[in-house]
Amino acid sequence: MDLVIEARNLTKTYMMGEFEVRALRDVSFTITRGEMVSIMGPSGSGKSTMMNTLGCLDRPTSGDYILDGESVAEMNDDQLASVRNRKVGFVFQSFNLLSRLTALGNVELPLRYAGITEGRRERAQAALEAVGLKDRMSHRPYELSGGQQQRVAVARSLVNNPAIIMADEPTGNLDSKVGKEIMNLLLNLNKDLGTTLIIVTHDPNIAEQTQRVIRLRDGELDAAYDDQGRKK
Amino acid sequence: MTFTQSILEALESLNGNKMRSGLTVLGIVIGVAAVIAMLAVGNGAQASITGSISSIGTNLLFVFSGSQAGPPGGPGSGRSGNNDRPLTLSDAEAIADPFAAPSVELVAPAIQGNGTLTYAGENTTTSISGVTPTYATVRNMELAEGEFVNEEHILGRMSVVVLGPETATTIFGHADGVIGETIRIEGQPFRVIGVTVPKGGGAFGSEDNAAYIPFTTAQARLIKKSTRDEVDVIFIQAISAEAVPLAADEVSNIVRQRHRTPIGIDDFTVFTQQDFLSTFATITGVLTIFLGGIAGISLLVGGIGIMNIMLVSVTERTREIGLRKALGARKKDILLQFLTESSLLSLIGGIIGIMFGWLIAFIVGKVAAATGNNFTPIVGTDAIILSTSFSAIIGLFFGIYPASRAANLEPVEALRYE
Repeated sequence: MDLVIEARNLTKTYMMGEFEVRALRDVSFTITRGEMVSIMGPSGSGKSTMMNTLGCLDRPTSGDYILDGESVAEMNDDQLASVRNRKVGFVFQSFNLLSRLTALGNVELPLRYAGITEGRRERAQAALEAVGLKDRMSHRPYELSGGQQQRVAVARSLVNNPAIIMADEPTGNLDSKVGKEIMNLLLNLNKDLGTTLIIVTHDPNIAEQTQRVIRLRDGELDAAYDDQGRKK
Repeated sequence: MTFTQSILEALESLNGNKMRSGLTVLGIVIGVAAVIAMLAVGNGAQASITGSISSIGTNLLFVFSGSQAGPPGGPGSGRSGNNDRPLTLSDAEAIADPFAAPSVELVAPAIQGNGTLTYAGENTTTSISGVTPTYATVRNMELAEGEFVNEEHILGRMSVVVLGPETATTIFGHADGVIGETIRIEGQPFRVIGVTVPKGGGAFGSEDNAAYIPFTTAQARLIKKSTRDEVDVIFIQAISAEAVPLAADEVSNIVRQRHRTPIGIDDFTVFTQQDFLSTFATITGVLTIFLGGIAGISLLVGGIGIMNIMLVSVTERTREIGLRKALGARKKDILLQFLTESSLLSLIGGIIGIMFGWLIAFIVGKVAAATGNNFTPIVGTDAIILSTSFSAIIGLFFGIYPASRAANLEPVEALRYE
């Protein structure tokens, strides 16, 4: 099986004042290329920590994390930045677009940091076309609706052909109708392009649409649920 | 990211907060403008003083009695030394010998004193010089009207006087049409035979406020000296500006021989134009550095303003930094982004500041001209290069701390920042 994510005994501890908080405790799992997985759990369950770790924004305190063949756990900051740039696409709840840049400029951003100059514009345009924003390329974020902004963010996340797309509550700031559209967009991208998709959510309706659910509870995989997120 | 891209992006981001960028730039503008204007005023003052010294005559040497080389209070210091022999007319004649001093063209001995000039109830006290006909040539003096002291006046010890324009204006109320009038100097009647052309302030007070009478007349009647043919100063014109040092040596040798002074302890001093120039260049140089330094402080304050704004900007854009890092920006990229912004701020401020400083210097020049001062501020390339590079360095220096703070933000923390 072609594994894109291999997490072994991931542990993450924080110091909160004098207390040691164990956000992740010895979590192990794998994700196959092309899979669509959601990570669920109540707040404080370690969801965000998991997402940060899988997205290479942070290193685990101990354990191994292999993303698309690269062992990430021991990397320095700049190596992590490079891995994020090449292998991870992010979609955030609050879109996180730069208001000074046009839609096209925002989508170009990962390519800029990758040092790509030739064909950059074309690639960004193609990504925007793929999310159905062909005629909104030169608009700035404040000229776009919430759904359109999130589409720009999706285009930005896939412009670098990443190994995984991490979506953190991608529909959290949208009404249900628009949220559904975004979910459909993500599902289609997964189906058509075969991009591995990891959605962090607390919404069971969203989780239902993914092939697999990883449930977290107190920093551990919740043993009470099966792979489909259903109670055993 | 390429260089042009970084600049474009930085410009865009500065443009996004016009008011703030503008105020920050203003700090640098004021600093650079102050440096440029102050250095211009300093250089202008230097040029003006140099010019007025040059107007005395570029080939000019002075011989004074008394040593200025000896240690204070020691033998041969100052004029008070009893062993100092005064300069005499025969010294002047010896210097004028073309075989002993081939580099000397003209010699003009003079005795000097002060006296009260009276005319129709108006009176003024001014410096009175007893001079020979060569004096006018040696001192670069021209007459607005009338004639200067000539041989005939000398031989006849005649009671004639040439007035500076200021003196003439003081006692007559005007400087023209006064030839033939009779004034009294220390109570004795003198006929006015000439008025000199205004020269402006010189190195030894104004030459415009002076009275010149024949040497012999002064000797006999106005300025009493201990020995009969003593003179206060001998003005010497060298054959050319290049020959001035040579002439100084020749003159020194002649007077040394005549005064039989031991080697190293002269009882006279030869002063050249160059000595004056370098003295004043030192003074105005210190003045310029002082003014520039004060202006530099305001530039420093401007730099602190940049740092302040960049720190605020980093805090404000924490999320943006987090996002950029999530998208793959390395520390270097973020550092460069903020350094570019701060450098641009100071560069733009520098350019506007140069123009502004130029304008100030220009206005100062106009004001000086309008009030009758011969003074033009000079904006030098050195001042421009200095202030531009200084402001660029300030932009970099004060940008480094905020930029490295931005570069070192943890992506997770930065993304979570509200």
